[in-house]
Amino acid sequence: MSETNEKKVILDLADLTKKYDNGDGVEHINLKVYEGEIVTLLGPSGCGKSTILRTIGGFLDITDGDILIAGESIAALPPEKRPTAMVFQSYNLWPHMTIYENLAFGLKLRKTPADQMKNMITNMLELVSMGGSEKKYPGQLSGGQQQRIAIARSLLLRPKLLLLDEPFSALDAKIRQQMREELKKIQQDLGITVVFVTHDQEEAMALSHRIVVMNKGKIDQIGTPAEIYDDPKTLHVASFIGEMNFLKKEGKTLAVRPEDITVCEGAGQGDIDATVRTIMLLGHYVVLTVQHNEDVIKCNVTRDLSERLAIGDTVSLKLGKHSLFDAA
Amino acid sequence: MFKMLNPRRFYHAVGKRKFYEFLILAVFILFFYGPMLNMVILAFANKYEAPAIIPQEFGFKWWSYIFSQKSLVTSMIQSFVVAIVTTLVSMVFCIPAAYSIARFKYPGRKLFMLSFLLTNAFPKLGIFTSIAVLFYKYRLMGTYPGVVIIHMIHSMMFMVWLPSSAFRSVHRQQEEAARDVGAGPVRTFFKVTMPMAMPGIAVATLYTFLGSMEEAQGTMLVGMGRIQTMPVAMYGIILDSTAVQIGAVFAILLIIPSVIMIFIMRKYIGPEAIAGGFKMK
Repeated sequence: MSETNEKKVILDLADLTKKYDNGDGVEHINLKVYEGEIVTLLGPSGCGKSTILRTIGGFLDITDGDILIAGESIAALPPEKRPTAMVFQSYNLWPHMTIYENLAFGLKLRKTPADQMKNMITNMLELVSMGGSEKKYPGQLSGGQQQRIAIARSLLLRPKLLLLDEPFSALDAKIRQQMREELKKIQQDLGITVVFVTHDQEEAMALSHRIVVMNKGKIDQIGTPAEIYDDPKTLHVASFIGEMNFLKKEGKTLAVRPEDITVCEGAGQGDIDATVRTIMLLGHYVVLTVQHNEDVIKCNVTRDLSERLAIGDTVSLKLGKHSLFDAA
Repeated sequence: MFKMLNPRRFYHAVGKRKFYEFLILAVFILFFYGPMLNMVILAFANKYEAPAIIPQEFGFKWWSYIFSQKSLVTSMIQSFVVAIVTTLVSMVFCIPAAYSIARFKYPGRKLFMLSFLLTNAFPKLGIFTSIAVLFYKYRLMGTYPGVVIIHMIHSMMFMVWLPSSAFRSVHRQQEEAARDVGAGPVRTFFKVTMPMAMPGIAVATLYTFLGSMEEAQGTMLVGMGRIQTMPVAMYGIILDSTAVQIGAVFAILLIIPSVIMIFIMRKYIGPEAIAGGFKMK
């Protein structure tokens, strides 16, 4: 994080609180997003990540705190006056307008001259690899193509901050991955600042410079993907990101990833002993589940080792990098 | 070829079920189109005496009679003026109401929706009589505004329920996207919400227009003979005249605008559009 400190702060959420009538919402959110950065809000559904994004976009009023963009408070502005642009999960485009009209809508409001507008739209469509689709209607495009157009529409307005609300979650896995890569590339090319919301931890890891892990309306941890993965600060972060084994040890919970466990044949050679339960071949590596007291532990081992093991064998485990948590 | 039309052959060729379905359809068509066909025949009959089925003499005699009657021609113009004004005024009042029902949750929203059904749930004459008391007080009897109000009451339910369901089917994110790129609430409504809800609004407008074209009871009562729309004039003619042909010609004249409107809006009119309008959510 130290390298980003000299950078300009684009978005500053200062003690942001949004409470719904039923008591749900987010509380005391403090977050700074720096220029040219992709920050992902990650969490299970209902954790308040979309709430935060919608308050930044201006679609929800805030209860307390402030939202600053480039040092100026925008908390009181309606969405049309904010320097943000949002890409929604679905239903982004207006079906009664052609792609060109969809893209031109915001530019016309900004009184862009016609020839300049045409150039901007042509270039932008090229950028999102949708060149030549000006005359089509959104209904004629696939979900992924519609999302590209939606991103193009937002980028055309040169927002200070691009907001993406689970934009790829309605797409199928393969296209989702492709869109992810393209978004990252476009972001690098244009150097725009992005706040991305997702419940998909893989997507968050792949895209982000920093991840904000949220749980029940609060921020659990903010950090780079590596920090979040290697050094989870809470049990929730540890269980939400990647695969993790939890072992009870002297009243504490020990969290260790399957790849950080070394399995040795025979008892007494590592930290703990266990019995082999299942052996699963997953291509270039093998997942082993072993039983230690009442805990079931998952370990990744080489094929070589797995061929020497049988179900019911006793093995010993060396626990590598791990974290300890107080709560069970 | 004609051998195949033998009912027995037909019965065995298509099977029992299909045969009876065909019979029912045939009866229905006769029942439905018979009077219409009769009307068309009558409209072009110069001479017709009751027991005969086919008129004695065909021609355009009654068409020229009607167009030579000044009062009948003015009644047509009056009908169109009233129908257009009614449609426009209903749009101004009912579309915002429909939008509010679709978008905002406020206490009494369902009651508000149901209240539009009330005007259609009671015998119209009762409502018109009680309205007449008010109209006398506010000097609306025998005036255009009075008649327009009566026509609006007639079609309010359609004009609120159908657009309301159409507005509801516009996703909020699509409106939000418009706000996001810089459109204010009013522009968003006219550029995004309204065009997307257009099918529902078009059907409702059609109902209102056609309903106003054919409304006679209330117009007669409130218009007090001073406002003579086509249906009102038709009552007079049918009651006065011995020639049924005038009624037939008039009926065809009344149908023409409906047919034109339905033809123009045919792509919007379908069972889904109409059924969608009656969802209570």
